[in-house]
Amino acid sequence: MSRFMKWLMPVALLALLLGACTGGQQKPAESSKPFRVAVVMPSSISDLAFSQSMYDALVGIQQEMGGPEKFEFVYSENMFKVDDAAAAIRDYASQGYDLVIAHGSQYGTSLREIAPNFPNTAFAHGTTNRTFVDEGVKNVYAYEAASNEGGYVNGVMAAKLTKSKIVGIVGPIDVGDAKLYIEGFEKGVRETDPSIQILKVFTGSFGDVALAREAADAHIAAGADVLIGTGQMVVGAIAAVDEQGGKVLWIGTQANQTKLAPKVIVANQVYDWKVVLRDIIAKIKKGQLGGEALLITLKNGGLRMEFNENFSRLGEAKPAAEAAIQGIINGTINAVP
Amino acid sequence: MDTSQLLSATVLVGILTAGIRLASPYLFAAIGEMFGQRSGVLNLGVEGQMLMGAFTAFYVTLRTGNPWLGLLAAMAVGALMGLAMAVVSVTWRAVQGISGIGFYIVGMGLSELLFKTLLGEVKVINTGFNAVNIPLLSQIPVLGEIFFRQNVMTYLAFTLVPVAWFVLYKTPLGLKIRAVGENPHAADTLGVNVAHIRYLTVTMGGVFSAMAGAALSVANLNVFQENMTAGMGFIAVALVYFGGWRPFGVLFGALLFSMVMALQIFMQVYRVPVPSEFLIMMPYVLTMIVLVLTVGRVRAPAALTKPFVRE
Repeated sequence: MSRFMKWLMPVALLALLLGACTGGQQKPAESSKPFRVAVVMPSSISDLAFSQSMYDALVGIQQEMGGPEKFEFVYSENMFKVDDAAAAIRDYASQGYDLVIAHGSQYGTSLREIAPNFPNTAFAHGTTNRTFVDEGVKNVYAYEAASNEGGYVNGVMAAKLTKSKIVGIVGPIDVGDAKLYIEGFEKGVRETDPSIQILKVFTGSFGDVALAREAADAHIAAGADVLIGTGQMVVGAIAAVDEQGGKVLWIGTQANQTKLAPKVIVANQVYDWKVVLRDIIAKIKKGQLGGEALLITLKNGGLRMEFNENFSRLGEAKPAAEAAIQGIINGTINAVP
Repeated sequence: MDTSQLLSATVLVGILTAGIRLASPYLFAAIGEMFGQRSGVLNLGVEGQMLMGAFTAFYVTLRTGNPWLGLLAAMAVGALMGLAMAVVSVTWRAVQGISGIGFYIVGMGLSELLFKTLLGEVKVINTGFNAVNIPLLSQIPVLGEIFFRQNVMTYLAFTLVPVAWFVLYKTPLGLKIRAVGENPHAADTLGVNVAHIRYLTVTMGGVFSAMAGAALSVANLNVFQENMTAGMGFIAVALVYFGGWRPFGVLFGALLFSMVMALQIFMQVYRVPVPSEFLIMMPYVLTMIVLVLTVGRVRAPAALTKPFVRE
C-alpha cells in the first residue's frame, strides 16, 4: 500500500485534533538559494542504525553550512517497499532538489531508471559502488562504508573480552553492508585469537525484533559472552544481552547504541556520512552531478569508533582496539575479508 | 559448536523453550481472530492492533513501571480498535478484506506517530513481565524448564486455548457465535442478535491482538520499535485457517511454526551445513506442506466475510 495511504489517516486525525491549520510558512527573502537535498530511507530516522546514520549526517551538514537558510533537507523514512521509494525519488527529482539520495542499495534498480529522466538533478545511493556510469548514466553518485574496518576492530575487542572463548553474531541477510561488517569482525577475532569459536545466525529480516532476540538467546545458551549484530532489528538482541545483567557484552555498529544498554555495550563503530556528503555537495556545486563512488573509512574519518567510557572492563579492550585502528589507518593491518 | 551437539538434551530444551515463547503472541492474536471469523467477520487489521497494543503496553509500562497497567491500557486500546472495526464491518457492512487492511495501516501509522512524538527513540525497559518459576512444577526435570519458567504472558496465552475451546463449544454464547457464523438468518429467526454477537467477537479480537502486541513489547522483548511485529499479525490470520477455526488446531499451527522457527535458529548456531537462506525458509515451507496435506479437511464458517442484512 502506498506511503500516502499509510500517513493519511494519522495526519487527518491530527489535523482534526488541531482544529485549524497553522498557515503556510513564509520563506525568508534571501540573496542566495539554499542547497536542497531530499533523502529516501528504508527504516526510521531513530533506528539507531542505518537510516539514523544518514539523518544525523544531514543534520550535521546543515549546521556546518549555516542552518536551514543555506541547506534545506527533506526525508521520507520507513520506505521499506521499493515501489513506494521509487515513487518518492521520482517525486523529489521533479520538485527540483539539487541532490536526491536513495539511502539503500535496494533502490539501485529504480534509480537506474529514474536518473536519466532528470539529467540536471544529482542523485546518490548507497551502500554500493555502482554509479551506472558504465551504462551511460552520468548523474548518480554511489557511496559505501568500509564497515569491515570497524568490524575488524570490534572483532579484536570481542576476542580480548570473551572469557568463554565463544562469540556470537546476529545478522539480517548475508549480503551487502551486513556481510562486509560480519566478515571483517570474523577476521578481527581470528587474527587476535584463532581458538575462539564464532557462532552466526541470520534472521532473514531487518525488522523482526523477536527473532533477533531469540538468535541472541540461542547464542547465549550456547555459551557466547560477547555478541555483535547489524540491522535495525538488533535492538531485540541488545535487550536479551542487557537482561543477562553484565555477563554478556554487546559491541555495536552503524550508530552509537550505548544508551540502549549502558552497562553492557563496549563500543560502537559509527558511520559518519558527512565525509561523503561534503564531497558530493562540493562536486555538485562545481557542476559534476555524479559518476563517482565514494567510501567512508577509518582513515578519512567517515568511520569512527566510539567507546563507552563508563563500561567497567573497557581497559581490557581499548588499547588493542586503538592499536588495530592505527594499524588499519597506516596499512599494517589488512581488514579486507 | 558442531552439529552433533544440536541433539543434546540442553539444546533441545533450549529449542522447545524458545518455541513456546515465540508461540505466545501468535496464540493471542490467532485465538482472537478465530472468534471473529467464527462469527463471520474476517479482520485483516490484526497487525495494526498488535502494533498499537505493543506501543501502548510499552509506553505505559515505561512511564509507570508496572507492566500490568501497561497490559490493561493495551487491552483498552485494542478494544477501541476492535470496536471501530466492528462499526465499519458490522454496522456499515464494509467489505471486510479492504477495511481490515485499512485498520492495519491506521494501527501501523498511528503507532509510528505516537512512538515519534511520545518516545522519539528506541528504549529498553527492565520493568516488563519477567520469567516466573511456577513453584514445584518448575522443578520437574526437562518439562519444568520448558513449560514452567516462562513469563506471565506466555502462561496466559496457553491458558487461553482451553478457555477458548470451552467458550466456543460448551457455552450458550459459543453456540450463538457459531450459529451466527454459519447461518446468521436462522440465528436471527431464533432470536439471536447477530450484530451484538459480531460486535462482541470483533471487539474481543481487538483486545486479544493488543495482548499479542503486549506479549512482544513488555514480556518477550522489553523493547518497542516501529513496525516491530514484522508481519506476525498476518501469520496469525493464516494460522486461523491452518487451525481449521478450532482453538486446538490454532495451538498446533502456532506451535509447529514457532518450534520450527526456533529450531532453524539453533541449527544456524550449531552450524548445520545448510545455507542460512534455506533454514530461514523452513518454518514457512513446512507450514505450507502441512496445509496442503490437510486441505479440504475442514470448511470455513459459511457466513465468513458476508455482512448480515435482514431480509
